[in-house]
Amino acid sequence: MTRLDENNNEIDLECRDLRRTFGNFVAVDNVSFGVPKGDFFSILGPSGCGKTTILRMMAGFLEPTSGDIIIKGKSMLNVPPNKRPVNMVFQHLALFPMMSVAENIAYGLVRQGMNKSDTATKVKSALERIGLPGSGDKSIKQLSGGQQQRIAIARCLVLEPAALLLDEPLGALDLKLREHMKVELKKMQNQFGTTFIYITHDQSEALVMSNHVAVMNEGRFEQIGTPQELYYHPDTSFVAGFVGDSNRWHGKVDAIDGSVIRVSTSDGISLLSVPAGGEKLVVGDEVDIFVRPESIIIAHDEARAQEMDNRLSGNVVSVLFNGANSRALVRESKTGGELDVALPQTGEFSGLSAGQQVFLGWGKQQSKAFASVNSPTNKGHGG
Amino acid sequence: MNTQTASRLGLILLLAPLLVWLTALLILPHVDMLLISLRERVAPQVYERSFANYTEFFIEPLYWRTFARTAIMSISATAITLLIAFPVSYYIAKMLRGRSKSFLFLLCLVPFWVSELVRTFGWMILLRESGVVSNVLQWAGLVDGPVEMLYNDAAIMVGLVYTSMLFMVVPLVSILDSLDDSLVEAGYDLGGNGFTVMRTIIIPHAMPGIVSGCIVVFMLTLGNYLTPILLGGKSSMWFTAQIYTQFITRFNWELGAAFGFLLLALSTIIVWTGLKLSRQTLSETMG
Repeated sequence: MTRLDENNNEIDLECRDLRRTFGNFVAVDNVSFGVPKGDFFSILGPSGCGKTTILRMMAGFLEPTSGDIIIKGKSMLNVPPNKRPVNMVFQHLALFPMMSVAENIAYGLVRQGMNKSDTATKVKSALERIGLPGSGDKSIKQLSGGQQQRIAIARCLVLEPAALLLDEPLGALDLKLREHMKVELKKMQNQFGTTFIYITHDQSEALVMSNHVAVMNEGRFEQIGTPQELYYHPDTSFVAGFVGDSNRWHGKVDAIDGSVIRVSTSDGISLLSVPAGGEKLVVGDEVDIFVRPESIIIAHDEARAQEMDNRLSGNVVSVLFNGANSRALVRESKTGGELDVALPQTGEFSGLSAGQQVFLGWGKQQSKAFASVNSPTNKGHGG
Repeated sequence: MNTQTASRLGLILLLAPLLVWLTALLILPHVDMLLISLRERVAPQVYERSFANYTEFFIEPLYWRTFARTAIMSISATAITLLIAFPVSYYIAKMLRGRSKSFLFLLCLVPFWVSELVRTFGWMILLRESGVVSNVLQWAGLVDGPVEMLYNDAAIMVGLVYTSMLFMVVPLVSILDSLDDSLVEAGYDLGGNGFTVMRTIIIPHAMPGIVSGCIVVFMLTLGNYLTPILLGGKSSMWFTAQIYTQFITRFNWELGAAFGFLLLALSTIIVWTGLKLSRQTLSETMG
């Protein structure tokens, strides 16, 4: 968890053993992390995992039950929201409908006591930077969803905060605009160089935009890392299941040979995998195995999959065509279990249809075994 | 019969009760009142068209002083009601959640299940010379003898504000309920303090509710008869009492009708000015 601190001495924002309870419910459970200056840091987790609680504590709308929040070297405990050097972009943006675009952007500057002409200059340059020059006199309702988004961010960035807190601001947008805004947000973050702390339940938002992502579950951080680390080297079964898609088996360890384990799954097949998550596995341990759909090789003839560590065959149940992200749902012939397999973009499988027999294979390195969460040998996740 | 004539007939039938009501109870009496106010009795049973009733109003100081006093007292009562109702409404709409919210809202409503007359008598029981407050003060040794707290402007004001409270709280609670909490949070987050957030975000948002509440309270207060008479007694000098006197005691319907129209003009002018000053429109606040 201190990894970020070691690599980078300029930590802008830090949470130490942050904890927040509501009655008996622990919303945030001893979370510690640091965000270096200029980072795009995302907290990714399912709804109700406590990510919004963390953000509201940073903004000052909630006081932590225990622990500390340090921004620019100063503890933020008992500092009211209007005195903190962070600003928040709300889920539904919270632009002030009773004010014009320019008044919205000027709001914070006026509160800081900036004079009229300086404020006007700053507002003008902010509007230019977000690509909306001359929109100052418009009312908020006249702007499109994406433009409102940019105003909401500009309204905070003109104040030059130590960090910008974003609470799922893309959630209310339609899919196409959301895809566009992902790229735009990343650009804006580069352009302004401000630290962004971004809360989302959408893994694609987190993976596309962030430098670092913390995956959160039930009040704890499961793993902090770069998007690549989370995707390719998940520390826990929750991360493996939550980030990206996976085929999943439950089974028991049959044999251990160095770094390779043989697992017999509960539906009766035998798979070679590597242990992940740093837990020491012994024969008889219950494990969960995760295999990404894109790690699986699909072939029409058996010879192609022959050299793979794990081999299965089955029949196509259906083809889920989605351009570059096309998948095939394959029913395994021995167990009847269904697998999600990504189709290669070579055009070789463009004629694939339901009922065809296919052969599947993947390497042992691509199947990751985690000690099962319910198994007695589970020592808990490093949260 | 085709569908167009059918729908037109439907519209006419649906509008009919409203039109009958408006015509019979509002338009006809007002036209008759206007005609009465514009005639002068020159001899028994002989009338002439003239503006004498209106000139009388401006010549006789008692009349226009009562008129001005009623207007000022009504505006003050509206302002005081707003000042008390706003924090109450904010507390109900924004601070409370769930059952305690509806309970407190209901508590504001409960007194209005009792008639205005009974409520005003309640105030008289409290404030009169031999009343509750007077007795408590004597018992506590704060005063030597009985105190008369009725029949002054303060008593009228208390009664008017009390009577009007609900009509201010209802529109304010509903408009403050519609204020997104995140707007208030954003106001603080961007550096505003309690005062600036109130001034720049909460009040502008609540403006239609404030104006509609003020219009209703002002009109009710201006046209109130019972409360000023009972709590103010002879010194109440309320304009509606003046109209009553002309119609019932003096049997001078001509002057009474003219007063009625002056009161109508007064409330129209003040409401219009209020809307202009707050930059609201009637359709926005009442819609």
